[in-house]
Order: sequence, then C-alpha cells, then structure tokens
Amino acid sequence: MSPFIETDGKHRKLEGWPFMFTLLTTIAILIGGTVEFLPLVLVESNVPRIETVLPYTPLELAGRDVYIREGCVGCHSQQVRPFRDEIERYGEYSKPGEHVYDHPFLWGSKRTGPDLHRVGGKYPDLWHVRHMEDPRSTSPQSLMPPYAWLLANDLDFEDIPSRMSALRKVGVPYSDAEIESAVRDARTQATRIAEGVAETGGPDGLEDKEIVALVAYLQRLGTDIN
Amino acid sequence: METTQPHAYRESRGELVHFDDGIVRLFVLATAIWGFVGMLVGALIALQMPFWQANLGPYLTFGRLRPLHTNAVIFAFAGNAIFAAVYYSTQRLVKARMFSDLMSRIHFWGWQTIIVSAAITLPLGITTSKEYAELEWPIDILITVIWVVFAVNFFWTLKVRREKHLYVAIWFYIATIVTVAVLHIGNSLAIPAGLFKSYPIYAGVQDAFIQWWYGHNAVAFFLTTPFLGLMYYFLPKAAERPVFSYRLSIVHFWSLVFIYIWAGPHHLNYTSIPEWAATLGMVFSVMLWMPSWGGMINGLFTLRGAWHKLRDSVVLRMYVIGITFYGMSTFEGPMLSVKTVNALSHYTDWTIGHVHAGALGWNGFMTFGMIYWLLPRLWKTKLWSPRLANAHFWIGTIGMLLYVMAMYSAGVTQGLMWRAFDEAGRLVYPDFMETVIQIVPMYWVRLIGGLMYLAGVILMLVNLFKTIATAPSKLDDSSITVS
Repeated sequence: MSPFIETDGKHRKLEGWPFMFTLLTTIAILIGGTVEFLPLVLVESNVPRIETVLPYTPLELAGRDVYIREGCVGCHSQQVRPFRDEIERYGEYSKPGEHVYDHPFLWGSKRTGPDLHRVGGKYPDLWHVRHMEDPRSTSPQSLMPPYAWLLANDLDFEDIPSRMSALRKVGVPYSDAEIESAVRDARTQATRIAEGVAETGGPDGLEDKEIVALVAYLQRLGTDIN
Repeated sequence: METTQPHAYRESRGELVHFDDGIVRLFVLATAIWGFVGMLVGALIALQMPFWQANLGPYLTFGRLRPLHTNAVIFAFAGNAIFAAVYYSTQRLVKARMFSDLMSRIHFWGWQTIIVSAAITLPLGITTSKEYAELEWPIDILITVIWVVFAVNFFWTLKVRREKHLYVAIWFYIATIVTVAVLHIGNSLAIPAGLFKSYPIYAGVQDAFIQWWYGHNAVAFFLTTPFLGLMYYFLPKAAERPVFSYRLSIVHFWSLVFIYIWAGPHHLNYTSIPEWAATLGMVFSVMLWMPSWGGMINGLFTLRGAWHKLRDSVVLRMYVIGITFYGMSTFEGPMLSVKTVNALSHYTDWTIGHVHAGALGWNGFMTFGMIYWLLPRLWKTKLWSPRLANAHFWIGTIGMLLYVMAMYSAGVTQGLMWRAFDEAGRLVYPDFMETVIQIVPMYWVRLIGGLMYLAGVILMLVNLFKTIATAPSKLDDSSITVS
C-alpha cells in the first residue's frame, strides 16, 4: 500500500487541514465539468449552424412558455433519436443546430406520451384544439389530462416584448423592430390560427386565448429543416 | 461519553461542550413531515398516470405536480435528513458546538421557506422546466443565500474543532457543500423576464449539457455523498463496530468525487449532443461503479461480526436494506449508461424504477434508520413502539420491491414495443397508444407499492409523535467533556 493512505500516511495529515482538504475536493469536482463543457461552448463544430433555423415568432414564444408552464416536458420528449424505429414513428432525427434558440432546451427525459419534436404540421390546428380540450376525443384511451382552460384563459400578449428582450440578452437575435411590433405580430398570427380553427368547424373566438399560442408553437416544432 | 445529565460532568477538570440538539430535533421533524407530504404527492401523480380523472386542473395536474413531488422528496425530505445528519454528527465528530445557533436557525427556517415557496409556485405553473431545478430565480437566490449560511456555519465549526483529524463522514459533507453550491449556481444562471419568469443563458445542446451536469450530480452530491457521510457516522454507531477499512474510504472518496462529475452526459445518449461527450459520460459512468461499490463494501463489511445484531435492531436492518439498494442502484446506473442498454431504457419507466430503487431504498431507508436511532437519543426517552418500527421496515421493503418490479417490467415492455418491426419491415406497434395501454396494469401495481411505502412513513410519523409525547418536558442539550 502506498504510504499515502497508510493509517499514519500523508492523507492522515491532510485530514488535519480542512482548508487544503476543501481546496483539493473543489479541484477534483471542477475538472470533469470543465473538460466536457468548454469544448461544447468554444468549438463551433459541436453545434453546426443550420441556416433555416430561425427564432420563434412572438406567438410561438408565448406558446412555448405555456408548454413550459403546464409541464408538458414531464411526459413528452422533443428528441428523435437516430434509430430506425424512431425515424419511422416520428420523422427525421433531431439535429444539434435545431435547438440553438431553445432557452431552455425541452428535450425531456420520459415518454409517457409520444415524442413531439416532429409534431409540427402532423395534425391540423383543429386537432390540437380538440386534443387539448379533451384528449380522448382525438386519441381514444389516452392518459393525458384535459387542458380545457387553455381555451378559456386570455393570453398575455402585452408581456411578450419583455420576454423577447430577455431572450435577446441571452443571444436570440430579435431586432428592435421585431420586439416593437411583437404584440401586433402575435395578434395577427393568433387571428389567422383562430379563423382557421373556426372555419374547419372548431369553436369561435379563440384569437386571444392561450390555446392559439400553444398551437402555433406545436405546429412550428421540428419544421425548420426539411 | 454523552450524557443526559450534563451537570454530572461539571466536576471534571476538562472543558464541557454542549451540543446543539435542538437544531437536530427541528430537522428530524421537518424530514418526517415533508417526507410524508412529498410521498403523498408522489402517490397522487402515480394515480394520475393510469387514471387521468385524478388530474384536478389546472393546479393539480401531473405536469405541475411532478416537479413538486421530485423537489419535495429530494430537497425537503432528503435535504432535511442530510442537515439533521450533518448537525448531529459534525458536532460530535469535531467535539464542538455548531459555530452559531443563530445561523443554524436561519438555515432551518430559510430552508423551510424555500420548500413552502416551491409548494406554492410549482402548482401555479411557475417553473423553469429544468429537472430538479424548476424553481424560479427569486427562490434560486434564496437557496444560494441559505446554502452560504450553512457553509459558513459548517466550516467555521471545523475551524474551532477540538478533534484534529476530520473523520470520513466530514469529507463527504465537505464535498456535498462545495459541489452543490457550484452545481446550483452553474445551472441556474438566467436572465429574468419578470418576477416569476426567466430564460437560462444557455440554449439547446449547451443547456442540455449543463442541466444534466447538474441533474446527475444532484444525485451524486445531494443524494449520495451526504448519505455516505450519514452512513459512515450512524452505521458504526448503531453496529458498535469501527468502519471496515480506512484505506478503502480514502480511495473510494477521492475516486467518487472526481469521477461522478463526468457522468452527466449519459442522460443524453443518442440526443443532439456530440458523440464524444456522450461517450465520455458513458465511460466515466461505468468507472463509477467501483468507487460506488467501495462505499457499499465499506458499509456492509462494517457489520462483520455484528450480523446477529440485526435480529434486535430495526435500525441496522434498515441500513442493510439501504446500503444493499445503494449497491444495486449503483450497478444499475452504469449499466443503463451503456449506450446499447440506454437505447432501450431511455424515455421509459425503467428510469423511474431505477431512481426509485435509489430514492426509496437508499435515501429513504438510510433516513428512516437514522430517525429511529436518533428519536430516543434526541428526546431522551424510549422509542414508543419497536414493533411499529418493525412493521414500517417490512411494509416499506415490500412496497418498494413492488414499485421497482412494476417499473422495470413496464419499462422493458414499452421499450421493446417501440422498436419492434415485423417481417415486412413495418413497426409492429405504429400507434403509440398501443404501447401505453399495455403498461397501464403496471401503473396500478406501482401505485399499490408506493402506497405501501407511504403507509410505512405514516407508521413512522405515529411512532415519532408518540415518542415525543413521552419525552421529558425539559430537554437539555447533550454534552461531552474534552480534556
């Protein structure tokens, strides 16, 4: 045995020196994270940029925040793994560059329900509205709870610009003009979705409800690459 | 050395040291009460999975309650248990009262404030969505402040210690305090967008990496290292045997704290993170098996020549179950991190089974053992009912076996169904719903197992309050004389 760990070895001395002991422990726990994280930030090839990936629109952003608030991530992943069965079931596997504006990432760790990364465009808007109101109306035997209040709650449009400003501080390239016209743009997109839902036989008057923001976000998911 | 009658030692020439037992009593009470609350929420969300009608929206839906359950059992139940262990054992191991009674109380009440804030904000949907770090930025700041108070109080106590050498339990406490601070700050960096909303400074791949660097090491430095410290103090005490190997404790301490940090990316196998990062995470996770089992071996072998004591000691029986589950979880963890296994297990209930083997078996039973050992000592009386404690042991053990077995079979079943192809090369179960319906019976079994485990905790609560009721009205602090 090394004299270091003998009963009266060097380690014994270290045990009498709490400051040094704490310092060495701190160094030991910093190495792994540093070695793994720095290349992820510094080496650009680790997250190859994709030209067609753009920041969320103001309404999609609001919808993403509804998704976060309701804890959807607890049951739905947003990562299609590069396996034959997943590509068959969900679509193209997820690419690093698709998530560069995802603050926070929402990949999830559990699939009580299916993965949602390629759910964008998979169903009509009305399907999502019905599904949120009563999941079993579109998916018999579903275990998902209903989210009917999303059809009743008013969306907080006025808060969107300050959220975009916060995101700009962490690197999402929203321009001044985009932030300034955010409320107007969000309302325009919301009205378009609500009209579509009403025209296809869904409920009227959803243009200022949270559900349209969530639908906008879900329909955007995974559609930046073709 | 310890006595319930400090005055008897006054005549000795040595210096009399009174320990702060009051703070330990507070943390023990909080542990038991929050344990009940956290597991009750766990039982509710376990019911919500096979029975969606149990979602009482919007505030009591699965999506909002799941983080409340995880935060409550990790930070409220296990957290308060850690603090009880640290405050009780550190004072005795370094032969000094905690540096500041006031800081100890600020730590206690501050921590309970954090828990109550979590219990209010999470059902309201105020969340960052990052697992085990869901609390929003004002609460994050409070956590940082309280943790610093804890750290200053702890390290200052080491500074004024009367025992030159730090015992192995203290090493693990040091690693816990330092690393949790680093992890919490590193993963919580965010820009606020209002009082109840923030966006993390990292995005996508980097945010995922930081999150699982944090998430995995919350398991390491909140649910493993402090509990190893707890084991190293309370197990030899209860067994009245010295720790099996001093050398092993050195080797496994340093290798554990060094290797654990690297293992985070195994939570992201086959995702958009770079291949090299996932591979590093996998390799270090497999390496982690050895230092983990070093802890298990040092624990179980401490009982050499003392196994007969299990007959009469529910405390030792609980420790043996706890350490055995630690051994099983830390074998299973490296196995699940291997990419080919992970390809099957990830996103399924196998993961849920794995974490509950660790949480119910290791954290739960080590905590229960500690509480049953501390009750008569802190409240200077006899345990109200050893038979009830024994019933807790059995109902808890059977409950968690049911729980993990149900989750293993649910996970493997669903994982295999997702990837099944027929001879024509088509998915056998193209409809996701088919793979869900198949495992619903397992969700009911899990609920039964969980309720049994919860029933055990209720028995402990009864025993605890009945024991306290028989305590003397004036509880003096324990004390020792140091020469």
